[in-house]
Amino acid sequence: MSSYRIQGATGEWEVVIGLEVHAQVVSNAKLFSGASAAFGAEPNQSVSLVDAAMPGMLPVPNEECIRQAVKTGMALGAEINRWSRFDRKNYFYADLPQGYQISQLYHPLVGEGTITIDADEKAGIAEARTIGVERLHVEQDAGKLMHDQHPTRSYVDLNRSGVALMEIVSKPDMRSPSEAGAYLRKLRSILRYVGSCDGNMEEGSMRADVNVSVRKAGDPFGTRTETKNVNSIRFVMAAIESEANRQVDVIEGGGKIVQETRLYDPDRNETRSMRSKEDAHDYRYFPDPDLLPLELSEEFVAQCRAELPELPDAKRARYEGELGLPAYNAAVLTSDVETARWFEALLDAAGKPGAEVARAASNWLISDLFGALNRLGKAIDESPVSPRQGAELLALVADGTLSGTLAKQVFEIMLETGDDPARIVEERGLKQTSDTGAIEAVIAEVMAANADKVAEYRGGKDKLFGFFVGQTMKAMGGKANPGVVNELLKKTLG
Amino acid sequence: MTAITDLGLAGLRDGFRAGDFSAREIADAFNGAVAGAKALNAFIIETPDHATAAAEAADRARAAGELLPLSGVPLGIKDLFCTAGHQTTAASHMLGGFTPTYESTVTGKLFAAGAGMLGKLNLDQFAMGSSNETSAYGNVVSPWRRNDGGNAPLAPGGSSGGSSSAIAARIVPAATGTDTGGSIRQPAAFTGIAGIKPTYGRCSRFGIVAFASSLDQAGAMAQDVRDSAILLEAMSGFDPKDSTSLDVAVPKWEANLSSDLKGKKVGIPKEYRVDNMPAEIDALWRQGIEWLRDAGAEIVDVSLPHTRYALPTYYIIAPAEASSNLARYDGVRYGLRDLPEGANLQEMYAATRAAGFGPEVKRRILIGTYVLSAGYYDAYYTKAQKVRALIARDFEEAFRQVDVLLTPTAPSAAFALGEKSADPLEMYLNDVFTVPASLAGVPAMSVPAGLDGQGLPLGLQIIGRPLDEQGVLNAGLAIEQRAGFTAKPQNWWAK
Repeated sequence: MSSYRIQGATGEWEVVIGLEVHAQVVSNAKLFSGASAAFGAEPNQSVSLVDAAMPGMLPVPNEECIRQAVKTGMALGAEINRWSRFDRKNYFYADLPQGYQISQLYHPLVGEGTITIDADEKAGIAEARTIGVERLHVEQDAGKLMHDQHPTRSYVDLNRSGVALMEIVSKPDMRSPSEAGAYLRKLRSILRYVGSCDGNMEEGSMRADVNVSVRKAGDPFGTRTETKNVNSIRFVMAAIESEANRQVDVIEGGGKIVQETRLYDPDRNETRSMRSKEDAHDYRYFPDPDLLPLELSEEFVAQCRAELPELPDAKRARYEGELGLPAYNAAVLTSDVETARWFEALLDAAGKPGAEVARAASNWLISDLFGALNRLGKAIDESPVSPRQGAELLALVADGTLSGTLAKQVFEIMLETGDDPARIVEERGLKQTSDTGAIEAVIAEVMAANADKVAEYRGGKDKLFGFFVGQTMKAMGGKANPGVVNELLKKTLG
Repeated sequence: MTAITDLGLAGLRDGFRAGDFSAREIADAFNGAVAGAKALNAFIIETPDHATAAAEAADRARAAGELLPLSGVPLGIKDLFCTAGHQTTAASHMLGGFTPTYESTVTGKLFAAGAGMLGKLNLDQFAMGSSNETSAYGNVVSPWRRNDGGNAPLAPGGSSGGSSSAIAARIVPAATGTDTGGSIRQPAAFTGIAGIKPTYGRCSRFGIVAFASSLDQAGAMAQDVRDSAILLEAMSGFDPKDSTSLDVAVPKWEANLSSDLKGKKVGIPKEYRVDNMPAEIDALWRQGIEWLRDAGAEIVDVSLPHTRYALPTYYIIAPAEASSNLARYDGVRYGLRDLPEGANLQEMYAATRAAGFGPEVKRRILIGTYVLSAGYYDAYYTKAQKVRALIARDFEEAFRQVDVLLTPTAPSAAFALGEKSADPLEMYLNDVFTVPASLAGVPAMSVPAGLDGQGLPLGLQIIGRPLDEQGVLNAGLAIEQRAGFTAKPQNWWAK
């Protein structure tokens, strides 16, 4: 259990959190029309007659959207409902052309599942926790209203109208902002692995409604509020914190929490009331008579299962077991599907048994490559160095062609020029040398030039050994094999 | 020689093929008839150019030896079907001047089969009504008159009243209709023509302005059973753009027409004998039974025990769906917008919908909103869905024993305009015999079978198994042949 508590005047308060995540489905077309679902088109460019709710237009389900949702449900270990049904949620708004949203209230496509979040001492999550998923259903997105384009008019962009969303509803199982953050990160990771949602909160392809209540430990659930459409993990955590604190203040001030919908204002870091239960809509849900119930065949379900990729938890266990990676490395490499994909491409390119190269490769990827990408502000799928080039570099280290120092040097040149490491080594003569004759000659020079230090060393100042190594390596232009240098120095210095 | 306008669909098609007249002559004759029948108010817009262009294409096709199934035939199109480039209003102010850029699947099929369009036919607004008195473009008048010497204008039935009136008046040879609770069959009965509503899903709903999606079905209206079969064949077929469309082949209904009912069983549902049924209707029904017996059928008494719940069930489900389907008419994207000075979004919606919808449409939107609202949903909508399932099961049970059912189409002959419009409940009773088949989604048709004491047409309804339109048409043909219905309204409207 989380130890996160809010310290109020009357003692400690526990926070209870549930999340409803809207994840935009990756598909070529919208949920019920053939219009493009791609992000970034000019306003009202991706709008079919169906999306614009022209008279007589009818929805036709897009199988790809259903497939994505089923695969996501499977990735959450959830029950896939072979029979589900679309309902209409009726309300008037200018961004909702039909006057209703097609959703699934009564019979969702996916039932109960779970998401496991890891222990994270730094974040105050003491132990790994399993958060329940209540359901996943598919529904249409609404359009977008733009109020800043004209002094008196509002403009409507229907590009998003009808785009498929998965609404993933958690159980009220989270007890701290960090847990909510970890849940969202893990959910996003799973969605990206499945390829059903790109998880891009900035572009709005993943947003969360945050349900928060507070209670004294052991008490029944308090009244909750729902904070709508929070669009970053950081804001979700901040919204929970400020809303929970507000609720404690209200209750301790003798007030009562009213069940209502709120909005989070990141500029002032506060939530404020959007509408209360009294003026809430009556959505008048009923089964959509334009659509038949959705019945999934055995083949369809089996095909979805067959298409399901290895998921982060399984991958991490395999990295630790089969590849012998340290837990930390395995966790870092598997948290994001692009990183895992890059790492596996690197192993493939190495052309050797994974266990042989994995550790060195993972260390290099986590420290050198991540460091460089951070510096360059690039994501791993934009890396200027390809997995094949990385594998080549690691091979040059493994066969002694490059020392660690040389490898770093070569890597920098690779980042700059995009050239292959072998070519860089060849053209710039950066090969490590183990030629004992050449090294001995340099050692002799170094000893001659530092006779006083040699005397000190021999007089017992052992720490000077590093100085001789450094001098030798410097004189060799960094190309000497450090092992050989060490060995020869020991012999010479006696 | 019979006038071209009297020939009917098959007569026109065959005469055109035989070279008795050109398609252009047909189009000219009907365009003239349409133009001369303004008194009926059967059309919202006339499209003589469309009919003429299709006729010219048909004449060229005939010359090239490339005839299509409906080459040479002009049709009336109920103004609930979206027609590309031609105004489609659903008889509402809300869609006044709305011109779709797209074609409904049904009209697309008809035009692809060579048919031309004489115009968009008047109807009850958004297909809500049983008398054609709810159109924003004025009442359609039936071409029939009572023989009591009074000249009271009569209702052509609804909602496909423009279609029924125009066919009965011989200003179109045939027309499309839509039937949600009887909107093809009841007007067909009122005006002495044939009309068939096929199995739900036979005809695509794509491009038809929706009333109640789970009930709406396009169908054919024509002078007789054969013409209905021909037209329905051209309208039907799977459409991937309609998720409720049935992916089954369209049978050759016309080619397989047969009035020989030997070996067939006809069910007579006892629950259709309602209180206060006019003696003439009852007598006609008995006559119909005799005709079918004469055609070789065995007559079997059957029971559809949930019949009496059909009307209340229908008047919950249809308005519920309508309240949602009509939400899109909000003044934002097309059609009417009423934006009072300083109004906000909600006020614009309210003003637009207040101005754009007629009283009957508003009544049904309110009923539908009420029955779906929180706290009432289970008591009304869920309960109605359960009863609907029971009604459908009644038919399944009955069709285990019999092939088709025979009932009256409507509880009375045509009434005068204004006679029932003050009392919505009395008006709703018009659908008492047609609604059960709609709720069950089974095919049903009305055929003209006789005249009442006032000289007004009466119809009989045949209801069939799902997808057995052939059985329905054949029984209809058997009645038609024996009824020998040749009465025609007096041509009082023509100028």
